[in-house]
Amino acid sequence: MKILVGVKRVLDYNVKARVKADKSGIELANVKMAMNPFDEIAVEEALRIKEAGNAEEVIAVSVGPAKSEETIRTALAMGADRGILIKTDELLEPLAVAKLLKHIVEKEQPGLVVLGKQAIDDDCNQTGQMLSAITGMPQATFASKVELDGDSIKVTREVDSGLESIRIKAPAVITADLRLNEPRYAKLPNIMKAKKKPLEVIEVADTGVDVSSGLSVVEVNEPEQRQAGVIVANVAELVDKLRNEAKVI
Amino acid sequence: MSTLILAEHEGGDLRPATLSVVAAASAIGNDVTLLVAGSNCAGVGEKATALAGVNKVLVADDAAYEHELAENLSALVVSVAGDYTHILFAATAAGKNVMPRVAALLDVSGISDITEVKSDDTFIRPIYAGNAMATVKSGDAKKIITVRTTSFDAVADTGGSAAVESVASAGANDGVEFIGAELSSSDRPELTSASIVVSGGRGMQSGDNFSMLDEIALKLNAAVGASRAAVDAGFVPNEYQVGQTGKVVAPDLYIAIGISGAIQHLAGMKDSKVIVAINKDEEAPIFQVADYGLIADLFDAVPELSKALDS
Ligand SMILES: Cc1cc2nc3c(=O)[nH]c(=O)nc-3n(C[C@H](O)[C@H](O)[C@H](O)COP(=O)(O)OP(=O)(O)OC[C@H]3O[C@@H](n4cnc5c(N)ncnc54)[C@H](O)[C@@H]3O)c2cc1C
Ligand SMILES: Nc1ncnc2c1ncn2[C@@H]1O[C@H](COP(=O)(O)O)[C@@H](O)[C@H]1O
Repeated sequence: MKILVGVKRVLDYNVKARVKADKSGIELANVKMAMNPFDEIAVEEALRIKEAGNAEEVIAVSVGPAKSEETIRTALAMGADRGILIKTDELLEPLAVAKLLKHIVEKEQPGLVVLGKQAIDDDCNQTGQMLSAITGMPQATFASKVELDGDSIKVTREVDSGLESIRIKAPAVITADLRLNEPRYAKLPNIMKAKKKPLEVIEVADTGVDVSSGLSVVEVNEPEQRQAGVIVANVAELVDKLRNEAKVI
Repeated sequence: MSTLILAEHEGGDLRPATLSVVAAASAIGNDVTLLVAGSNCAGVGEKATALAGVNKVLVADDAAYEHELAENLSALVVSVAGDYTHILFAATAAGKNVMPRVAALLDVSGISDITEVKSDDTFIRPIYAGNAMATVKSGDAKKIITVRTTSFDAVADTGGSAAVESVASAGANDGVEFIGAELSSSDRPELTSASIVVSGGRGMQSGDNFSMLDEIALKLNAAVGASRAAVDAGFVPNEYQVGQTGKVVAPDLYIAIGISGAIQHLAGMKDSKVIVAINKDEEAPIFQVADYGLIADLFDAVPELSKALDS
């Protein structure tokens, strides 16, 4: 089977986001961008499934501007076989991304789609669930363990009160949580090899998918800043302050 | 205009998260209907009628809803979605699992994790780990939303007198099957609704050392949380994680012990009323958000703190 992985180009997680002066969004010019960390985990999982002999091909898909090719190349350097860029300069909502991924799913017929649980820029946590809903493939979100047995997949999920496991039937959508695996680094020779791997570029307009959205961003603001407080000298002072000043214990 | 809320419940009671979602619905200002889905959940439906601000309770009683499978719950919500202008979920693992499906099935955008209601179509939500707040406006006929529960004060669970109606099951999806759960059993308060949270990070060095935090938590009637690093290291289970991609907490008092204060951690706790940091590194970024900072080795400070709480 084929495995499709979604890889989004986002502001590097080590870089602090700055709101643009005109409040239209986040400053993304001349800042370090990287693959969404959850998507690295998704790529790694797909590669492990392939290396275990349970898949033939791993395809990395990104929706975004031309520069997202770099993100796809990173996935190819990690070991993905080919890439597809669905090009757009618009910031698309998860629903539009899910519809575009569905378009690719129909073309490629993957047995498994692995996405990250959340993009760390929009913090939406929606795309995988939406793709599942509109394709009818079952979903296993927030995965911390994936075990394949033919077309039956046992997934352990991180939920609010611990872990739960479900069984889904392939073709299916899985979204990766932090503890699913530790993604590998791309080695230099593989980075070189990745440059020769196939990468198809499709314009959003050519997909025929309606990517319009009812949701618009009115403005983006800085959050309220917390002021640093005081440094206390010792535990006794701390307890005294908590009891008599803050009155929280 | 009217709002439908998918209620969450456990062990015969509504989860506290649902009471906060009702508060968000009240801020939108519509008639509020609560949908209680579960197996043998008539009792929960009955309790839900008492919530302040709830006009109607729909009960869908079917084994298909026992384990909160998203496929089944989303089909049910869509089957009753009718004329509701707003459909709300808690931004919990369960709510996040279902909301986007409902939005996609209705072909509208989802609005994740709102922290404020500006009007019936305009909401504020954090993006970039809370480093920015986006004001978003929806022109869709239906607004499909998850609510950050710590941003809305729970409504009272008494005083209401909603009518109950039962609704038909939307059936079970056969592509997915619940196998089992390893749920934590703790008599400590629940992390997201506790009024005091004591969290440990990589500085704790081991899972065994978390017993020091348990001891303090017991004395303060607090919940215990952790940083991602502490969870990844296996000191504590995943449900302890506070942060951008874990749980969001906003207690009266948050005590961060051996936690550096990465933005991803701050995203989950910076709305706490009072923050205490205990860290041996005076440069640790956690001190920039702490009301009270103690620069100390936690292996000295924590036992001392425990003792001081006895007096
Ligand atoms: C996609 C993504 C999502 C993430 N999501 C989250 C999330 O939801 N929640 C989260 O917490 N993190 C998250 N992280 C991780 C985050 O970036 C940090 O790596 C993590 O929060 C660090 O945890 P820590 O503070 O415990 O460890 P460290 O940064 O290693 O800090 C340990 C601290 O302990 C102090 N210390 C050590 N020994 C002692 C001692 N004896 N006494 C006193 N102090 C001591 C040190 O001075 C140090 O400040 C995420 C990262 C990514 C990439
Ligand atoms: N533009 C995109 N290109 C490729 N994958 C995406 C894109 N947006 C979202 N995804 C996938 O969907 C996951 C969840 O994103 P979100 O719903 O935006 O939080 C991400 O971790 C990616 O795997």
